[in-house]
Amino acid sequence: MNEILARLRLDYPQFNLDVDVSMPGRGVTALFGHSGSGKTSLLRCIAGLERAGRGELRFNGELWQAEKVFVPPHKRPIGYVFQEASLFSHLSALGNLEYAVKRAPRQVERPIAFDQAVELLGIGGLLERRPHQLSGGERQRVAIARALLIQPRLLLMDEPLAALDLPRKLEILPYLEGLKRELELPIIYVSHAADEVARLADYLVAMEDGRAVATGTLADTLSRLDFPLHLGEEAGVVLEGMVAERDREWKLARVIFDGGEVWLRDGGHAVHSEVRVRILARDISLAKERQQDSSIVNALPATVAQVTTDEHAGLALVRLEVKDPQTGECSFLVSRVTRRSAHLLGLAPGTPIWAQIKSVAVI
Amino acid sequence: MRHPLAGLLAIFLACVSWSAGVAAGQVRAAVAANFTAPMREIAAAFEQQSGHRVVLSFGSSGKLFAQVVNGAPYDVFLSADTAKPDALLEAGLAVDGSRFTYAIGTLALWSPGAADPRARLRSGDYRRLAIANPRVAPYGAAALQVLVAEQVAAAAKPKLVSGENIAQTYQFVASGNADLGFVALSQVIDQGAAPADAWVVPAELHDPIAQDAVLLQRGADNAAARALLAFLDGKAAHEIVQRYGYGIRAH
Amino acid sequence: MTFSPADLTAIWLTLKLATCVTLLLLLVGTPLAWWLANTHSRWKSPVSAVVALPIVLPPSVLGFYLLVFMGPNGPLGELTQALGLGVLPFTFSGLVLASVVYSLPFVVQPIQNAIEAFGQRPLEVAATLRAGPLDRFFSVVLPQARPGLLTAAVLGFAHTVGEFGVVLMIGGNIPGETQVVSVQIYDHVEALDYAGAHSLSLLMVVFSFVVLFALYAFNPRAVLGTGVK
Repeated sequence: MNEILARLRLDYPQFNLDVDVSMPGRGVTALFGHSGSGKTSLLRCIAGLERAGRGELRFNGELWQAEKVFVPPHKRPIGYVFQEASLFSHLSALGNLEYAVKRAPRQVERPIAFDQAVELLGIGGLLERRPHQLSGGERQRVAIARALLIQPRLLLMDEPLAALDLPRKLEILPYLEGLKRELELPIIYVSHAADEVARLADYLVAMEDGRAVATGTLADTLSRLDFPLHLGEEAGVVLEGMVAERDREWKLARVIFDGGEVWLRDGGHAVHSEVRVRILARDISLAKERQQDSSIVNALPATVAQVTTDEHAGLALVRLEVKDPQTGECSFLVSRVTRRSAHLLGLAPGTPIWAQIKSVAVI
Repeated sequence: MRHPLAGLLAIFLACVSWSAGVAAGQVRAAVAANFTAPMREIAAAFEQQSGHRVVLSFGSSGKLFAQVVNGAPYDVFLSADTAKPDALLEAGLAVDGSRFTYAIGTLALWSPGAADPRARLRSGDYRRLAIANPRVAPYGAAALQVLVAEQVAAAAKPKLVSGENIAQTYQFVASGNADLGFVALSQVIDQGAAPADAWVVPAELHDPIAQDAVLLQRGADNAAARALLAFLDGKAAHEIVQRYGYGIRAH
Repeated sequence: MTFSPADLTAIWLTLKLATCVTLLLLLVGTPLAWWLANTHSRWKSPVSAVVALPIVLPPSVLGFYLLVFMGPNGPLGELTQALGLGVLPFTFSGLVLASVVYSLPFVVQPIQNAIEAFGQRPLEVAATLRAGPLDRFFSVVLPQARPGLLTAAVLGFAHTVGEFGVVLMIGGNIPGETQVVSVQIYDHVEALDYAGAHSLSLLMVVFSFVVLFALYAFNPRAVLGTGVK
């Protein structure tokens, strides 16, 4: 029951949306794709801002749209964060928040308190200001707080960071992670930026030409070699891990994940805290033997699962399985090597190989 | 001379000389609007007979008067009253001795479809009575005198609506918004006869509604202007004037 | 400047008329502007054209048709008579109605422009904040369109004060009922009372200047007449 089912068709002269997806009713689902892929249209259909001509939409069992049913946006228990500043210019930041507070439903299981929202987004000092007196990032934080104070059961975010420059983006991302961590609120997050998706998403719906071309958990979809979107330099996997140890002398931390572990720079995370690491395909090289005289810290024994040609005919993508022989837990990595190397190393499914990881980032 | 203003000036001068019409034998007449139809006919007859050209401008007497005072290029002025020609003579803008009454208005009480409009006025059985604004139109002042003579002035007063001129008064009645109204006989006359639903008010019930014409200073030396006024006071013009429901002052 | 009692009556009546008309126009014009700004109906163009007609039509045309339309044989006249209200020409109510029609574009267009300027986004935002259509109108459209509403109110008022042709056609020049300042000035001129005409005319010039000056001072981007920005 805890899922969002969208079977929708929207026909425009230049574009049509035709999706049939189910998304988990918890965690962060990213609608990921290039611009024009229909991800925003799908989000607007879920919000009811756009009315799909045909189809059916259910949220945790509630029918929001069917042939003769259409719940208008103001009757759906959603919060919506738009891409660009969308604060009411005739109201102060506080007035914008109160607009939501006044209209929020009275009976809510776990209401988000005003102070909690303000604190979560760090806008306590901005409340008296008018929208034009706020920076782009501050405006977006107020808009997110406002979307929370309507007490939504589903939060929809349409590229909330796209209109911001990098410093502003880095300013907001921690707030979004806090949101995810502290609130048990399902979020559908539209983005075309792989780094945002890697940091925030649990589940991925990849969109192209108005269709959902791949769906699944982040780890699964990103390690698929036939992932339909061309990620180029951004190709790589995201792994959920836990800090197991911190080496004070060398300022390193050991992060364990299903089937393996890596050492990386100590980012100050406490032991036992959960972290998410991202390993790009271009940062993994392969070797037959374990190299003893290398600067590379992390070398993991792995097994080749699959080899394909990459976007460029000179390159190959290799899917690697990293497995703990005792527990049987495993994870997948993706490596990008030249096709020539793949040939010389005789890579084929089942080949044992060492994955040398040049860099790992906690995200 | 290649200045852009020079071009503009040339166009302006061309327009002015064109509109001023330098041809000999032309007369510009400012004519009270209520006299539009008969004047068109008279002017046509005059042009045919004399070979002169007549340029007619119609408007309310007050507006034409204000234009004359402020230098409008008219040669003759046919007012709807006597006050404005008087004022022009006094101001020295009209030629002494040129003034005469070219038509006398006849008042008609008109109530479309009514068998006896006069009886209706006396009975008080109506909602609105239209008259011309007595302050500015002689037909209106005359209408008020008729109400007094008919001893219905007090009863009629709260029901009065006034048009800015006699044409508008006619419209109030014609559109049915006023049940009856004092209009000019010239407006309702049909083939030289008053219709059955109009009462032609006897001239003794009010001061005469004299419409006077004067020769303006600007036309003092214009032979065509003098000829037009002479024609207007002649037999052929009188015949037309009467056919349109106006009276003529006996000489 | 000296004013006769009749002049003072006309001034008071004019202000009363303009106030009534402005209030009615805002009441009628705002929903109409809102509809015009948002609709994709095929009726949008014809309705826009009808609303804009008074800008291009001579007031005499409008006044003449209103006279016929509201008269005892006109469709509206038959309706008002059936309702026991009598006919509207030569009454204050008739003037109010005619003025509302006459000044409608001057009120609708600034409001419509303001609504179109802020676009759909604030309304979508409000919808996702659980505001229903009526709530959105009052909590978003009205406050966001406030400069447009102010311009509309000022223009509607000033245009009604300055109206002449329509009043002339359907007013009947009844003191205290339909004899407004502009008609009074016309009568002064016709009666050769130029001093009286001067006093009232000067008053009109000063009034109009003050109103427009205030409008431009508060809303420098206001453009009069066409309603085009």
